[in-house]
Amino acid sequence: MSDLEAFRAEIRAWLEENCPPEMRQPARSDDDICWGGRKFQFKNEAQKLWLDRCAAKGYTVPDWPKPYGGAGMSPAEAKIWREEMNRIGARPPLSSFGIWMLGPALLKFGTEEQKVHYLNQIARGEIRWCQGYSEPGSGSDLVSLQTYGEDKGDHWVVNGQKIWTSYADKADWIFCLVRTDKTNKYQGISFLLFDMESPGVSTKPILLISGNSPFCETFFDNVKVPKHQIVGELNRGWDVAKYLLGHEREMISGAGGNDRLNTIGAFAKRNGLEDPLLRAELAMFDVDALAFSAMGEKFLDEIKVGKAHPAQPNMMKYAGTELNKRRHELLMAAGGSAALEWDSEASGGGSKARTWLRTKANSIEGGTSEVMLNVISKRILDLPGA
Amino acid sequence: MALYHTEDQAMLADTARQFMSDEGTIAKQLRHWRDKQCKDGFGHALWKQFAELGFTGILVAEADGGLGMGHVEAGIVLEEIGRNLTPSPFLTSSVMAATAIGAGSADLRGRYLPGLLAGDSVFAVAIDEGPKHRPERIATRAERAGNGFRITGGKAFVVHGGSADMLVVAARTAGADDDNDGITLFAVPKDAAGLSQDAVRLVDSSMATHVKLDGVQVDADAVIGEVDAGRELLNRVLNAGRVGAAAESVGVAGGAFDMTTTYLKQRKQFGQLIGEFQALQHRAAHLYSELEIARASVIKAQQMLDAGSDKAELMVSVAKAKAGKAASLAVKEGVQMHGGIGMTDEYDIGLYMKRDRALSEFMGDMYYHAERVAQLSGY
Repeated sequence: MSDLEAFRAEIRAWLEENCPPEMRQPARSDDDICWGGRKFQFKNEAQKLWLDRCAAKGYTVPDWPKPYGGAGMSPAEAKIWREEMNRIGARPPLSSFGIWMLGPALLKFGTEEQKVHYLNQIARGEIRWCQGYSEPGSGSDLVSLQTYGEDKGDHWVVNGQKIWTSYADKADWIFCLVRTDKTNKYQGISFLLFDMESPGVSTKPILLISGNSPFCETFFDNVKVPKHQIVGELNRGWDVAKYLLGHEREMISGAGGNDRLNTIGAFAKRNGLEDPLLRAELAMFDVDALAFSAMGEKFLDEIKVGKAHPAQPNMMKYAGTELNKRRHELLMAAGGSAALEWDSEASGGGSKARTWLRTKANSIEGGTSEVMLNVISKRILDLPGA
Repeated sequence: MALYHTEDQAMLADTARQFMSDEGTIAKQLRHWRDKQCKDGFGHALWKQFAELGFTGILVAEADGGLGMGHVEAGIVLEEIGRNLTPSPFLTSSVMAATAIGAGSADLRGRYLPGLLAGDSVFAVAIDEGPKHRPERIATRAERAGNGFRITGGKAFVVHGGSADMLVVAARTAGADDDNDGITLFAVPKDAAGLSQDAVRLVDSSMATHVKLDGVQVDADAVIGEVDAGRELLNRVLNAGRVGAAAESVGVAGGAFDMTTTYLKQRKQFGQLIGEFQALQHRAAHLYSELEIARASVIKAQQMLDAGSDKAELMVSVAKAKAGKAASLAVKEGVQMHGGIGMTDEYDIGLYMKRDRALSEFMGDMYYHAERVAQLSGY
């Protein structure tokens, strides 16, 4: 037996013994997702048990190094972990912006002390993070942000406002872009970390067209942030942010290609599919979706060996989010009036309609489709003056 | 398997790219033979050069003297053919007919493969019987007669039929026109009695024929594979042709796209480069994204075919449809962004549009293959 086969057997046996049966069913809604953090209410005992067992082994972040709370898996081992999780339909033990976004940024830019401290908290699900990027006047033009940190010797005093802060009302800490030099646009921003319970921080949920409030407005009124809570160098936060946006784009772009080889036409047929033109649209969509899932696979393969164009995540984000919007338009059409139900139990609290509306943000958040096309024009196609 | 080329494949791609951009250019081949009103639509000297590089036997088993490579490698050659619009019988002879003959008897392989390997022979594949790709329906009949079969029927738009030394003919030896079973493939020599062909020149300057089979007598040893059980082999030939055509489409799209983005960086209007206009930039960036996705679907399908995956059929249809969609967008945007000169015969962009149209139709267009995706997915 090769080392990897032995590893697979070991993982399989561990999962068999440790993954509670309740955690082997797909998450039905946002409620079923374990986000962790100080304020998190576990849905049931199994959810907590699953998190604790995985965290103890480093399996919440299998490819992070062991000293930072991971299991130190190689890419090949992490792939086996994912495959074995998929095999039994296991839910991720923990989902969080800490894992997806701050973690990778700290691994690249953090000090050893920061890595040990923050990454372990993330891996154990103790601290839930949110991201403070966009401001009311700085959306696509993020670099124009105005939230200001005034230098007070051993700390900054931060004043300003963020918007579209995902789950800010549920988060414990924020990673935040703050202007620390008003005279320099790109090299005048710092990447700061601070506690959402710091005096002067307040949040206000924003009611969206989906009827949900996943985003907040976040206000900073003379918030004191100690100097050691900066990631990377002073005024070089834009480098960290750009690196992190790359991760965010990869994450969002994954949304389009999730249903590997499962077509939405087959899904729509369960409720009857009588309209030949709708069937044709579904078939054309499925061609695009299956082709995009091959693209997703190719992109990941190329990233591993450094063959992907550095700006390729922008293309993936653009194509993946546009595809996902189309998917939900078609699912609404296939669902007919039943998909319009807003709060009935039968409709899972209007999950079809709410999800459809939610997907409209896919091509706005993390860089709009139009910004992605600008970046592709400039960095990949090298078109003039873009 | 990772979805990018191995080192060996990358070397093959370099060779193919260099060769095709030296010898297979639009000026040397497509325009040259078109303007000569060539009855073949391609050059035999170039076909000999393909043979010298081993390309003609790329899918032929090593035991039979070929390179014994797979669809990924054949696709590498086809992408360069597409990029240069190089007219050649590679797809019909070395990809489709070679797949059929390779599954035939030692006698058939010995009769036909050496000529292919040497670049002396050209083969064609006669499957469709009407203007749209519809291989499910085969009405051409072969009845047992004497020591062999007598074939009667007609085949439409047989690419390179007039230049071919042998035609792979799909005929029905049992059952009704639409039956899945009862198909047999035959290797029919060009001079067989009762075989006649009417040549037609197509929009892309390629040549095809309408084939009439009027009681064509062939010996039993002309049968490729099993009598009545040829559907499986026919599907293999079709899949080879479809994924090959998809790879060529990616090349056509890439060639048109490169030409267009180059033009966007040169042409000035209103005192600025037209590539500075965001209206054009966004369309170019969208096109880039479609081409990348098409390319990924094609290599995925090639690898799945080479690995013998049972999902390969689905991915081949995805690839043929997606590559067709992307290439069609590339040539349409290409002509539009070139403006008036895009409409002239002197500029090459229009040649890409013509080739794309013929290639899209070949072995099933995006509508045919989207329909197959729906059927294979159970809806």
